[in-house]
Amino acid sequence: MAEAVSVVAESLAGDRARAARNVLGQVVLPGEELLLPEQEDAEGPGSAGERPLRLNAGTRSRGRVVCGPGLRRYGDRLLVTKCGRLRHKEPGGGSGGGVYWVDSQQKRYVPVKGDHVIGIVTAKSGDIFKVDVGGSEPASLSYLAFEGATKRNRPNVQVGDLIYGQFVVANKDMEPEMVCIDSCGRASGMGVIGQDGLLFKVTLGLIRKLLAPDCEILQEVGKLYPLEIVFGMNGRIWVKAKTIQQTLILANILEACEHMTADQRKQIFSRLAEC
Amino acid sequence: MKETPLSNCERRFLLRAIEEKKRLDGRQTYDYRNIKISFGTDYGCCVVELGKTRVLGQVSCELVSPKLNRATEGILFFNLELSQMAAPAFEPGRQSDLLVKLNRLLERCLRNSKCIDTESLCVVAGEKVWQIRVDLHLLNHDGNIIDAASIAAIVALCHFRRPDVSVQGDEVTLYTPEERDPVPLSIHHLPICVSFAFFQQGTYLLVDPNEREERVMDGLLVIAMNKHREICTIQSSGGIMLLKDQVLRCSKIAGVKVLEITELIQKALENDQKVRKEGGKFGFAESIASQRITAFKMEKAPIDTSDVEEKAEEIIAEAEPPSEVVSNPVLWTPGTAQIGEGLENSWGDLEDSAKEEEDVDGTDGAVILGSTKMDTGVEVSNIGSQDAPIVLSDSEEEEMIILEPDKNPKKIRTQTISAKQEKAPSKKPVKKRKKKRAAN
Repeated sequence: MAEAVSVVAESLAGDRARAARNVLGQVVLPGEELLLPEQEDAEGPGSAGERPLRLNAGTRSRGRVVCGPGLRRYGDRLLVTKCGRLRHKEPGGGSGGGVYWVDSQQKRYVPVKGDHVIGIVTAKSGDIFKVDVGGSEPASLSYLAFEGATKRNRPNVQVGDLIYGQFVVANKDMEPEMVCIDSCGRASGMGVIGQDGLLFKVTLGLIRKLLAPDCEILQEVGKLYPLEIVFGMNGRIWVKAKTIQQTLILANILEACEHMTADQRKQIFSRLAEC
Repeated sequence: MKETPLSNCERRFLLRAIEEKKRLDGRQTYDYRNIKISFGTDYGCCVVELGKTRVLGQVSCELVSPKLNRATEGILFFNLELSQMAAPAFEPGRQSDLLVKLNRLLERCLRNSKCIDTESLCVVAGEKVWQIRVDLHLLNHDGNIIDAASIAAIVALCHFRRPDVSVQGDEVTLYTPEERDPVPLSIHHLPICVSFAFFQQGTYLLVDPNEREERVMDGLLVIAMNKHREICTIQSSGGIMLLKDQVLRCSKIAGVKVLEITELIQKALENDQKVRKEGGKFGFAESIASQRITAFKMEKAPIDTSDVEEKAEEIIAEAEPPSEVVSNPVLWTPGTAQIGEGLENSWGDLEDSAKEEEDVDGTDGAVILGSTKMDTGVEVSNIGSQDAPIVLSDSEEEEMIILEPDKNPKKIRTQTISAKQEKAPSKKPVKKRKKKRAAN
């Protein structure tokens, strides 16, 4: 069946399908099809005839390929569903496979299992809280999903409070579910966020940029003022500094970081450090 | 989709910041966000940006029969729409309270202040009047919709041109823009709304609240004013008790703000007018930077560049020197000459531009041009011998002035007359040209 689909796809696509490996870091558009490394040999010139003879066509000898955001499996190719740059991460073992995803600029968040997000409690109903995370529907959060919470010992959460938590269930067309504990039952930083500080929204791309392991912005910001900061993968940042002025400055700097080069950023930071 | 709720911490932070006279975007208490006005290619279309709030205004007109009780007045119609594109919380196809309130306020600001002369929109009393329709679409919502919408509405109305009409007896003629220039509406003054947000029961006041400030405010005061400091509308909502002093202070601030905005509007309109007149680029599409391209690959054509220089030199060396193609200049009229095989030029200076257009447009343009040429031709032949500057007042091209040199007046006449005779019967320029060349 998959074979038939791919044949149809091939005849439709003609020569347009490009090898995923060759377009890494380039812009891909929705509807485009990408070839995976193991197909490249089969699709090469002259080898089309011998393809049906391959005995191990069904079994993947090489590494597993994972479709990240913006990509979908289409037969045995990858179908692009979002506009952006194609990215790839080699698996730990090396040799083919790995994760492919599309790095796109967007503001609308779609819940993903395992993401850490900042939510706003909108309602308390029975033994669950409804939490707005910016997705298409509010997430549910059990009152038992806090550190040290028992049936008798309920966490103190009010409507309008900020929650930093993690998705455990995030499926398409299903209500997502959040928790504020890890698998060991520890809070590990999650829970209700304090009453002060400022929450603001940025693009999802900026959050990913700030949370990247090699991002210097956070270190530079940390040198300016002592601060507390929480990043939610849903594009929300909560920041708190000593004074309101400092908090506002930090919020504006982080927002502006999105479209600044490293040099521009350094200039701004040095100017801020002076005053 | 439901509106994102405001968290307690945001609310608390905003109120504390306002107490300290700080605003989220670094503005002062009385500062407006940046206002940007851009126009579309058509008349009566504009986009107003107030910070991140954007409103698109479009004016259209239609001939309708007037209302029974106001037989000599045109009809003005305002419609603001809040689409889901602006904010996901707006529901399509439903009149929310906010929308009704905003529409009502706009009507009061623009119609009841009588800023547009509705009598001038009357064509035949009791039978035909112009209905002017102003459609406003909110493209992005970041607070203070009413100010942005009122600016967009008045700018679009100022920019709009309606087709010209003439009435002769019972006959009403509607002219297309090609026949007669469309006429602007007669606008007496520009009323502009200025919003004031009040916090802590009126203790603190902010001008031009953004979306988050709007959500924590206690009350809102909207003052519509023109630059002569005449209040057109005033509306207080939110249920706070305002003192007399506060309202007076707000009206003073509004006066200053309205003056600034009016100047901005006039400058924007002038700029657009200038660009249109000069034939430069205008419209939304032109205001978008064209450098951004999303193509990610380019077809590479292999070119062998190894011995290009030698080849080029070879070609140059082998080639014969260019022949002298310059033939005898043909003097058609004083002031115009022709060298070589160009287009035939049978007229004085005034025809140069027309000729160029003729070539581009082909037959359609040529018919019209031919007819205008005829009138001008007659004039030149009549007055040409008087050696005086000739002003062509009869035709539509009024700004044309010809300065004829004084030698050979006779020649001009014969030339122009012959050309006229030639032009009159034939309407296709290509044929005509061939004939002429054959005759030569």
